[in-house]
Amino acid sequence: MTTTAPATTPAARPARPGRGPRLRTPRRHSVDRPRRSGLLTVLTALVCLYSLVPLAWLLINATKSQGDLFTSFGLWFSGSLHLVQNVADTLTYDDGIFVRWLANTLLYVVAGAGGATLLAVLGGYGLAKFTFPGKRAVFAVVIGAVAVPGTALAVPTFLMFSRMGLTNTPWAVIIPSLISPFGLYLMWTFAAEAIPTELLEAARVDGAGEARTFAQICLPLLAPGIVTVLLFTMVATWNNYFLPLIMLKDPDWYPLTVGLNAWNAQAATAGGEAIFNLVITGSVLTILPLVVAFLFLQRYWQSGLASGSVKE
Amino acid sequence: MSTPRTLWRGAAVVGALTLALTACSSGGSGGGSSDDSSGSAESGSLLVWAWDNTVEPIAESYMDEHPDVTIDVVNAGTGNDQYTALQNAVAAGSGIPDLAQVEYYAVPQFAIGGALADISGLGASDLEGTYSPGPWSAVHQGDAIYGLPMDSGPMALFYNTTVFEKYGVDVPTTWDEYLDAARALHAADPSVYIANDTGDAGFTTSMIWQAGGHPFQVDGTDVTIDLADAGSQKFADLWQQLIDEDLLAPISSWSDEWYQGLGNGTIASLTIGAWMPGNLEAGVEQASGQWRVAPMPQWEAGASASAENGGSALSVMEASPSKDLAYDFLTYLSNGPGTEIRIDAGGFPATTADLESDAFLGKESEYFGGQKINEVLSQSAADVVEGWQYLPFQVYANSIFNDTVGQAYVSDTSLADGLAAWQEQATTYGNDQGFTVQ
Repeated sequence: MTTTAPATTPAARPARPGRGPRLRTPRRHSVDRPRRSGLLTVLTALVCLYSLVPLAWLLINATKSQGDLFTSFGLWFSGSLHLVQNVADTLTYDDGIFVRWLANTLLYVVAGAGGATLLAVLGGYGLAKFTFPGKRAVFAVVIGAVAVPGTALAVPTFLMFSRMGLTNTPWAVIIPSLISPFGLYLMWTFAAEAIPTELLEAARVDGAGEARTFAQICLPLLAPGIVTVLLFTMVATWNNYFLPLIMLKDPDWYPLTVGLNAWNAQAATAGGEAIFNLVITGSVLTILPLVVAFLFLQRYWQSGLASGSVKE
Repeated sequence: MSTPRTLWRGAAVVGALTLALTACSSGGSGGGSSDDSSGSAESGSLLVWAWDNTVEPIAESYMDEHPDVTIDVVNAGTGNDQYTALQNAVAAGSGIPDLAQVEYYAVPQFAIGGALADISGLGASDLEGTYSPGPWSAVHQGDAIYGLPMDSGPMALFYNTTVFEKYGVDVPTTWDEYLDAARALHAADPSVYIANDTGDAGFTTSMIWQAGGHPFQVDGTDVTIDLADAGSQKFADLWQQLIDEDLLAPISSWSDEWYQGLGNGTIASLTIGAWMPGNLEAGVEQASGQWRVAPMPQWEAGASASAENGGSALSVMEASPSKDLAYDFLTYLSNGPGTEIRIDAGGFPATTADLESDAFLGKESEYFGGQKINEVLSQSAADVVEGWQYLPFQVYANSIFNDTVGQAYVSDTSLADGLAAWQEQATTYGNDQGFTVQ
């Protein structure tokens, strides 16, 4: 980097009159004009490339027919655009089972992730703003539960549900999805920070009931946290694979993840029909709703991250 | 978004969803099978687990002829995935289908576990001679019969004639010639291999079968494992040379690379079961017209030994309350009108009547350049070496194949050592399971 500041930069201070040596070189970097680092830029670019190449591969290959998949270069388009045909085939293959899987996934997300968020908000608020005996024990249990991966619980859950006769029904996927220890913990800490206790006291003095206080005063304050939890649980439910895989045997109840895997397995079946192009196109269609959800919910999310950090 | 009204509306949505769910699942197929357990062949309902895509149309055709019967066909996964589910269901005692597709190698394991019904008393014992010898002996355990053949997989050499002609290599008729052909092809073009292999339990056992080996011998709960017998050694010696000289493409069967290699000529041949044409036609369209079928290479010139590779039975489950109805559908599928539906869809039959019919033998396959491939495949079905047995815990044994024999493909371990390790671990497991294994 050069050591002389260009004369035209607005941040450069005018030179003082007189010919004495300058005591201080003008600062060329500030919060608004951070120092540029070539190394960091290259590293970030590499990481960015690393995360985007698979996505690019997916999008490019969704435009190819099965034959073109094997004969053309993976990271560039083949001569013919097959995308529309692929999408049509994906939606109609096997009597339109893909659409059914999409509806199932939506159901699991709305009921499972929606329910999990609702429970996390109620529980987190209660734990943050009320004192009751056994609160510390609840805290210990929740923290412990965060550490247990869901996959480890899948098999015991299966055995329990199979005793209850719930396997192979949507309940087998929805009920376990309702429990989100991490979401509860997040809501708890968020509620403790975001809702001033004085506000609650003021509401009670003014004669609002607990339900009304929660609905009209606390919920708006909790919105950023709610969206964060909703995003987390939504992504988790949308991508949930292992739980529905062991719980469901009827393809009519599969979510997209398990359904696409079943399609992929066709290629490895004697007498099966290989449909790689539909698996790839189906995967693209599967991630689109998540992308849309992120873009829409992002602004709520960002505004919430810094809340409470500066006293205004 | 925070007035009480929206709150209530949200609650209403959740409530409505709950109702909808209950409505859906109450009529679902969550339970085992029929509410009608009289099991008459005229009415009732059946739950069938099968991944084979011809079972559904056969069930529909059956229902057209029997309006009072409903058959629900469910794909509960392919092979191992379904076996896991089936074992879970049997262990849990709920959600067990009436009929399940079970590959021949897995039949003994489910039979000895008591999961499959013996259908010899329902009329299956009269079917001697209906099926070719390989599949017929596969569904037998002593006098008991644990299912009927859906299809069979007598082996043949599928080869890409374009590639062989291009490099002037003759199609091998013996395994010695096969080794020479492998060298010639790979020398002519380093990207071309005569076959792919990264270690495959089904392929290995079928090869040993054809070589006359009897590594697994089962008598009730007495099991003998000898993966160093004459047949196993023949195979290991030949394959060791192919591995040492890097003449096998390091591509796993059924992967997308495999389909690619079959299409672009870098995998020049396959020694595999007779159900393969259907997969080639569906998955390898770009090589249409290039493939041909020849008899399996022989260990001795002029011989005509063959083996089975893959293939499935459809078995009635012991837990089924409607065994008569299940058996009626089973015969319809296995040796009735169902066989025609299956053959039309590209499946390979196990029924001698179909294997010997002129229409079947004379069928010219467009994909195979007009060759009458069924003549070769049907002959192979008749030439299957008799007396082969699978372990009563073959599903488990195959699951540890890649940790033992598979090591020979990726390290300095020899195939013979790999087979010995496989034998040792299978023996330990068998003894732990209550078998007497030697």
